[in-house]
This record gives sequence, C-alpha cells and structure tokens, in this order.
Amino acid sequence: MNRLALVLLSLLGAACLSLGIAVALGSVPLTPAETLAVLTGGGESLHRTLILELRLPRALAAFATGGLLAVAGALMQVLLRNPLADPYVLGLSGGAAVGALLSMLAGLGMIMVSGAAFAGALLSTLIVFGLAHGTGSWTPTRLLLTGVVVAAGWGAVISFLLAVSPTTELPGMLYWLMGDLSHAHSPWPAWIVLVIVVLAALPLGRSLNVLARGPLQAAALGVAVRPLEWTLYGVAALVTATAVTMAGSVGFVGLIVPHMLRLVLGNDQRLILPASALAGGILLTLADTLARTLIAPQQLPVGVITAMLGVPVFLYLLYRSR
Amino acid sequence: MSDSRLLQPAPAPLLTLMDLVVDIPGRTDGAPLNLQIRSGQCWGILGPNGAGKSTLLHTLAGLRPPRHGGIDLEGRSLQRLPRRRIARLLGIVFQDHQDGFPATVLETALIGRHPYLRPWEMESAQDHQAALKALRQVDLAGMETRLIATLSGGERQRLAIATALTQDPRIFLLDEPTNHLDLHHQVAVLDIVRRAVAQGRSAVLTLHDVNLAARYCDHLLLMYPGGEACWGTTREMLVPNALERLYGQALVTGEVEGVPVFFPRIR
Repeated sequence: MNRLALVLLSLLGAACLSLGIAVALGSVPLTPAETLAVLTGGGESLHRTLILELRLPRALAAFATGGLLAVAGALMQVLLRNPLADPYVLGLSGGAAVGALLSMLAGLGMIMVSGAAFAGALLSTLIVFGLAHGTGSWTPTRLLLTGVVVAAGWGAVISFLLAVSPTTELPGMLYWLMGDLSHAHSPWPAWIVLVIVVLAALPLGRSLNVLARGPLQAAALGVAVRPLEWTLYGVAALVTATAVTMAGSVGFVGLIVPHMLRLVLGNDQRLILPASALAGGILLTLADTLARTLIAPQQLPVGVITAMLGVPVFLYLLYRSR
Repeated sequence: MSDSRLLQPAPAPLLTLMDLVVDIPGRTDGAPLNLQIRSGQCWGILGPNGAGKSTLLHTLAGLRPPRHGGIDLEGRSLQRLPRRRIARLLGIVFQDHQDGFPATVLETALIGRHPYLRPWEMESAQDHQAALKALRQVDLAGMETRLIATLSGGERQRLAIATALTQDPRIFLLDEPTNHLDLHHQVAVLDIVRRAVAQGRSAVLTLHDVNLAARYCDHLLLMYPGGEACWGTTREMLVPNALERLYGQALVTGEVEGVPVFFPRIR
C-alpha cells in the first residue's frame, strides 16, 4: 500500500515536471521562474498567451494521449497474456484512423469524427475477436496474428484514402499515419476519458491480475471471464479511439510503457494501470516537446520520436531481461 | 441434545452428479454418472489416458458444460451459481500450469484469496498469513520472492496446490496432484489432502498410481476407455479383473499392510 502511494506520488511529481518542461521550451524559451509566474496567475501577457493558449493545451493533449495509449496497451496485454499486444498491433488504431478519415472526407463535424473513430476501433475489435474465435478455442498467438493482418489491412485502406484525396488536404491527413499532435484540439475529452477509465479499472485490478494467469485459472478463482474480456475490449476500443482522434497513430507508447513498468514494479495491475497512465503521459509530453524543438522551426511528427526512443529502449530491456 | 441432532436431516452432499455425461470433444459415448460426494470423502478417479478424467474435473468445476445431466453444488445447480460463489466452495488444481507474466511465488499463492475480497480491497495481513501457511505446508517456505519461471516442475505443482489451499474451498478437485513430484512430496501432498478431508472437506483427485489411490481414497470412480464407468468404495472397486480391463494391462496382485497392491505383469 505504501509502495503504491510512493510510486504514484513520484510519477505524479515527474508528470508535473514534464508538463512544466513542455510549456517552458519552444521558439521563445522561458526560464523556470517565468513559467511558474504564468502558471500561478501572473507573468507578462506575451508569456501568458504563449503558455496558456498555445503550449499548455498541446502539452495536456500530449499527456492525455500518452496516458490513454499506455493504458490501452496495459489492458490488452493482460487480455491476451502477451506483452507484445498493443492497440496498434491488433489493428484497433488502424480501424479508428480509417473511421476518422472517412468521416473527415465526408465533411462531417468533429463529434462525428470521434464517433466514427470509436466505431472503427470497435469494428476492428469485432473482426479480430470474431475471426480469431472462429471455431471454438482461440489462442493468444492466433489472436495476435489476426490482429497483425487486420492492422495491415487498415494501413492499406489509409494509404488508399490518402492516394485518392485532393493534394491540398494531404498534409492535414498524413498525421493519421505518423502520429502528430500539432492538429490536436481541446485536450479535455481525452482527459475525461483517461480519468474515468483509470478510476473504473482500479477496482477491476485484482480480477485482471487473476486473468493474467489464464482464463481457466481465472474462472476457477471466481472471475466471470467472458464479460470481463468483452468489457476490456470495449474499453480498449474507446481508449484507443480517443487517443487516435487526438493525435493519429502514435506507436510504441502502449508497448513500451507497461512493459518497462512491469520490469521495475512487477505485474500488479492495481499499480500498473495508474502508473501506465502517468508514465505514458510523461513519455508523450516529453516526446512531443522534443518533436517541437529538435529541428525548430520545423516540427516533427511525435510518432517519429516515440519510435526512435521506443525501439532501442525496448530492445535493451528485452536483452537485459534474459 | 443428541436427540435434536438425530432429527436433523443429513447434510446435503457437497457435489451431486445427476445423469451426468461429460462432453469429450469428438466422442459421443459415455455412461451417465449418478453419485454424491459428501463432506469427509476422498474420491479417486482412475482410468487410462483419454478416458475423460480431466474433462470430468473441469465439468465438476463448472468450467465446461456437460453434454447431458446436471451437477448440484451444496444442493444448488452449479450452472446457475455465480462464479465467485463457486470459487469459495470449490477449488481446482489444473494439470498444466500456464506461463503468463512474471510473478513471484507469494503473489501466485495469494491469488487464492481473490474470491473472498471485495473489488477495492487489498490483501490483508491475514490473507498473507494464509498464503504463507499454505506455502509452508507444501514445503515452499523461504521461496516467496522467487519468480515462478525459475521453479522446477515439482515446485510449480506444489505451488498450484498451495494456491488451492490458500483458496480454502470445501471441495478440492485435483488433476494429477502427484504429477512431477518426487516420492516424498507425492506422499506429503496426499497427506495434506487427507488432513483436509479429515477436517470435513472433500477431495476428488485423478491419479495414475493405483496403489496411491488404494491408500488415500475411500471411494473410486473407474472411467473405461469405451465410455463406461463404475464407482463405489475403494474396497469394492479394487478388483484385479476390473483394473486389468481398465488399463488393458495384466496385473500382479499382492497385499501390503492390509491394502492390496497392484503391479503391471511384465513378461
């Protein structure tokens, strides 16, 4: 219990620090004192505009997106008992991106785009789970393979949509493929989803721990396995869709963050889920800050940064854990 | 006092099998089972490979539906009871142990407390005590922080039994509990089962060793490869002819300490 509080408080501190760094850095760098002055309600008006209207909303959007992706990854890994499971690997984010792209091409409003993204993620879930289930028993391997193929299919659909779209729209649409936060709008919907999902998942934490031991063992210990699995799929679809409408397809956060935390903290979901939300947020906030400043004024898509950070870290952890 | 006790009806059997036919994939045969498992009884299930022993245990645990018939747990239909309630009455040790995420020995034993804890509740000091006691019982004391991936087959088997002991159910369903165990730990684990049964629990175990079954079980269920089955007290069931037909193997019979012993006849 004390360890849980300690870990979460340290992560919370690191989260505030990462948000502070994100709002201080940019084309006009601010000193810590100037940043603090603005955040406590004072400061110069130029600084206020810069932080409160430009950098803070984007930093908050990055944080929420990262948290959502990490939580989605953590949930799917328990569901499939496979540390390689992730909303991207299983094609959920591809489905969400296709849904969002289609509704954007049809000229629908932002709420419809979010709804279409959720529908795409859920459809992807149904296809993957339904096909992999097929005739009776399914194995995580079969599910994972089905997910990889479905994800590749969605990738092809996205490429097709981009190819037939008018060239003027391309720059705005490419970010669905790469993951980019420069098009992010209000961060609050993502925050609301993140907070609700983490709070709702906490009482399920112990059931998830048991589910991680396999569905038979979980059923034998009193877990209603099938309803829990479907709930997880629904929640993972919702969380992924929210993250994708925010920032497009940012990879590796859902894969790297829970895996890293597990190596350090063990595999108690009551700790891993909130810790994933915070650590995923920290990772994407810092990655987005890098993406904005690394070759400024040119901006990189944040997906490039997460991949460049994620791949070596992942390989190192894999190597060390042998 | 004694009169009122006499007037009370006999306690309901823990498990009642009514015309139960287990659903073995790819098979349509199978005789219906009609038997009652009561508090203080230890049932052994004997039969050759593929006779459906494990499938029967999974069906008794409510983990797969029967092809026909029903099961009552303490007088109520198993199919209608919530899983959480079943898990407080009935614990099962599987034959295979899945390798999931890394976990320590203590964490693994502690999940046995899951059916008793409310969603927000953390494991209490008593829960830890129960898990530690179970680990001591199966000779795993001092290994609490070891990762299960580093355990030997026999140690994992004992850990699975410790998890069931932590779960503290009324009925233990044990699928090959002596698998992977050395001679000493086979006897040690079966002694644990015997003690639990003496305290009013009941146990149903599948075993390959007829002689261990003869020593530890008071009732036997023989499952023949053709789908037939017969059951009764161990004394009634331990007939050389029946066992020879059960395994398709000629046997040599003897007697040790008043208990019949059987060995395969080798030419």
